[in-house]
Amino acid sequence: MLFTESAVKGTVMKNEAGIQEFKTVAWSAGPGCHGSCGQKIYVKDGKMIRIEGDENNPWSQGRSCPRVLALKQYMYHPDRITAPLKRVGGRGEGKFERISWDEAFDICEKKLRGIRDQFGAEAVVFVQGTGRDVGGPISFLAYSYGSPNWVQLGLSGQSCYTPRLSGMKATLGDFCVADCSQFLEKRYDDPEYKFPKVMMVWAQYPPATCPDGFYGHWIVDCMRKGGTQIIAIDPRHTWMTSRAKYHLQLRPGTDGALALGMLNVIINEELYDKEFVEKWTFGFDKLKERVQQYPPAKVAKITWVPENLIIEAARCYAKAKPAGLQWGLAVDMAPEATSVAQAITQLWCITGNVDVPGGNVFGKPSHGVTTYPYATEELVALYGQELVTKMNAKRIGADRYPLVKGFRGWAQPDDVIDQIDSGLPYPIKGAWIQTANILGGQAARMRFHYEALKKLDFIAVVDLFHNPTTMALADIVLPAATFAEKDGFRSWWAPLGVIQKTVQVGDCKSDYEINLELAKRLNPEVGKKFPTVKDLINSRLAVAGTNFDEMVAKGSWAMPADGPYRPYRRHERGLLRPDGKPGFNTPSGKVELWSQFYEGFGIDPLPFYLEPAQSPISTPELYQKYPLIMISGTRSPLFFHSEHRMIPWLREKMPEPLVDIHPDTAKQLGIHDGEWVYIENDMGKVRRKAKYSLTVHPKMINTMHGWWMPEEEGAEPNLFGVWKYQINQIIPGPQHSKSGFGGGQYKCTLVKLTKMRDGEV
Amino acid sequence: MSQYGLLIDYDFCTGCHTCEVACQQEHEYPAGKCGIKVTEFVTPGLHKPLCIDNVPFPTDLCDLCAQRTARGDMPSCVKHCQAACMSYGPIAELAQRMENQAKTVLFRPR
Repeated sequence: MLFTESAVKGTVMKNEAGIQEFKTVAWSAGPGCHGSCGQKIYVKDGKMIRIEGDENNPWSQGRSCPRVLALKQYMYHPDRITAPLKRVGGRGEGKFERISWDEAFDICEKKLRGIRDQFGAEAVVFVQGTGRDVGGPISFLAYSYGSPNWVQLGLSGQSCYTPRLSGMKATLGDFCVADCSQFLEKRYDDPEYKFPKVMMVWAQYPPATCPDGFYGHWIVDCMRKGGTQIIAIDPRHTWMTSRAKYHLQLRPGTDGALALGMLNVIINEELYDKEFVEKWTFGFDKLKERVQQYPPAKVAKITWVPENLIIEAARCYAKAKPAGLQWGLAVDMAPEATSVAQAITQLWCITGNVDVPGGNVFGKPSHGVTTYPYATEELVALYGQELVTKMNAKRIGADRYPLVKGFRGWAQPDDVIDQIDSGLPYPIKGAWIQTANILGGQAARMRFHYEALKKLDFIAVVDLFHNPTTMALADIVLPAATFAEKDGFRSWWAPLGVIQKTVQVGDCKSDYEINLELAKRLNPEVGKKFPTVKDLINSRLAVAGTNFDEMVAKGSWAMPADGPYRPYRRHERGLLRPDGKPGFNTPSGKVELWSQFYEGFGIDPLPFYLEPAQSPISTPELYQKYPLIMISGTRSPLFFHSEHRMIPWLREKMPEPLVDIHPDTAKQLGIHDGEWVYIENDMGKVRRKAKYSLTVHPKMINTMHGWWMPEEEGAEPNLFGVWKYQINQIIPGPQHSKSGFGGGQYKCTLVKLTKMRDGEV
Repeated sequence: MSQYGLLIDYDFCTGCHTCEVACQQEHEYPAGKCGIKVTEFVTPGLHKPLCIDNVPFPTDLCDLCAQRTARGDMPSCVKHCQAACMSYGPIAELAQRMENQAKTVLFRPR
């Protein structure tokens, strides 16, 4: 398959065998993830025949994951939904009839208009799952329709990235990412880059996926190429912890105490960066006073991490120059997660690792392009202050949680489902669910979600495969495209990338095609501004001084030039603040260790520790009844959340849902390796296959989420076996905090394991 | 003509299964057939409580991606390996690298 290099490197080339090559960027549907790997897609006679990593794309440098390499099986899977469907039986009966797009849009328009006329636009919730490309199109549709209730429904405590974003916003005024040279075109070879001497990997196994726009294996690159040493904060043993200089095996949910203990050591031993703290921070003395409440000995008791390890790891991190910090979702799931994230952010701040090579650098949407509005400022830029102010006031949760009103444009998920159930303070009548398998995926107290959502008058689901959510709830199902079948764009964080359509599968449409068409019908102003998806994409790319076709011709990506969107030391150069002065984008212009942002929202301006709502310490009686701490949501490179269970190349490598259990614990319970067991608490019981593993602490068990069985009967009552395998059935609901962010108990629910009786297997 | 092989720097293999699916796509193997297979080893470590090693093993189906290498490309597993811990080359060269690198394994599948 020889291709001659064309004069323009991104244009489509055709070889003698009639095979075309497209250079594109993967995001979401297909691999499913948050990543942005460069890919080359080969097409023959209108069919995708092969995918291969694009070695010219600096993000992934030719590398790929198993999910993206299985794309062909995903795109052309016999169970793929390839036409709009209308429910013809009762909800849950699994009877659907194929309809045209015109009819599908007509029905959606009529139903959504009807609800808006009678109850107001806020009576429809717009639901997405994790932070994927759908964030752009779904917020576009919600704002065009007029509903403020854009929500990650089911995600208790908004426990995914939002608390981390909030902690960074409160401290720095902007968001940071660990620097693995991802903003530099030459990557590790750029002379400006320095490998971190130490990388603290907090609550994550990065190699499993590309979490939060970060390619997990970049850390492995730093270890291999730069000799970066690892401090791992993880209750589990993983490949990463086994390669770490220090492994702090903390009790799940106690991350906040550990961060405060480390701050205590670094401050009291005067290991912080005195020059940076003096010149660039605000509130250091108050923080110093606060951390006195968290001496390492006390923190050791809370976290189960030996005192000397806490001290040594803190010293190691503080003395390394530069040091990076990469963190994961468990931070967001800690109680009062906004405060935990704040404390961890302060670690890289007081050690002088802000926006320096190999430290934690500001991640700004590449070239200033918004694909997915992250903060209120971006929503204002896209939709105007007037509309945003109006929307903020009506958003579910805004009355209780100031951050829901003033920081991110999300409704509070726990409050949304409660309101769907109660109808108070105003009724919810419809849901637009887009590539989010609520019931098979993220919903804590899943059965309650199932029952409450059944009450809605109208539910449309956009997805690629049937799943428990489409089956149980959908009145209309609309077929979405994979990244290989659509035009798109991405700016999270760098490079700026475009995704180009290579083939058409069935009647599938991209999320933007679907949402723009419907938005035009629901809001005539939209069509005047954006006649086509290409117009919409080009309007967003305009700020970068480019357009879609130009980006494709360049090879589908572009790195930002020196300026606000490229590191380093932007605070010194006046590149962070709207007024162009040196400093940070905070009220004081400094790194706010005592946060005026939090103070303004009625949140403690200093970090503090809160014990999980369920734990050996806060609920000792419950702990006696349920003596194991369950870590759920462990990631696998084979599956993205609840996806990919139907893909043969992936599923064969992990056919069954496992629970990792320490052999000593298992033997005490009389459980054999490979035996099917129940994980159980007061909320119910869920099936798992026991796997003896030394990787798990004897007082904990570890399991993946997102399990349902596409090969089983989809119609109710079975719903693809979701009632047997969906772990979030036994995750409790609101445990969240004053801020409304955090406290989803996904990482530290108390459970017991029981053997199945004969005949139950 | 020199013999070619695979050098695996298994100190860095994270067990991500990329090599397996890369092979299956390349050879259009159905599930169940694969030219390479990753195995995880969880053992007590020398300097730490637990060591986790992953090692990919080329099966009898591995042809070192003869079609790809004939046109100058790397074998699919080597190219896509996320940890970049696999190398393809003449055995003698790989063996020389092995001299200076602990936790490596050299395969000559064909």
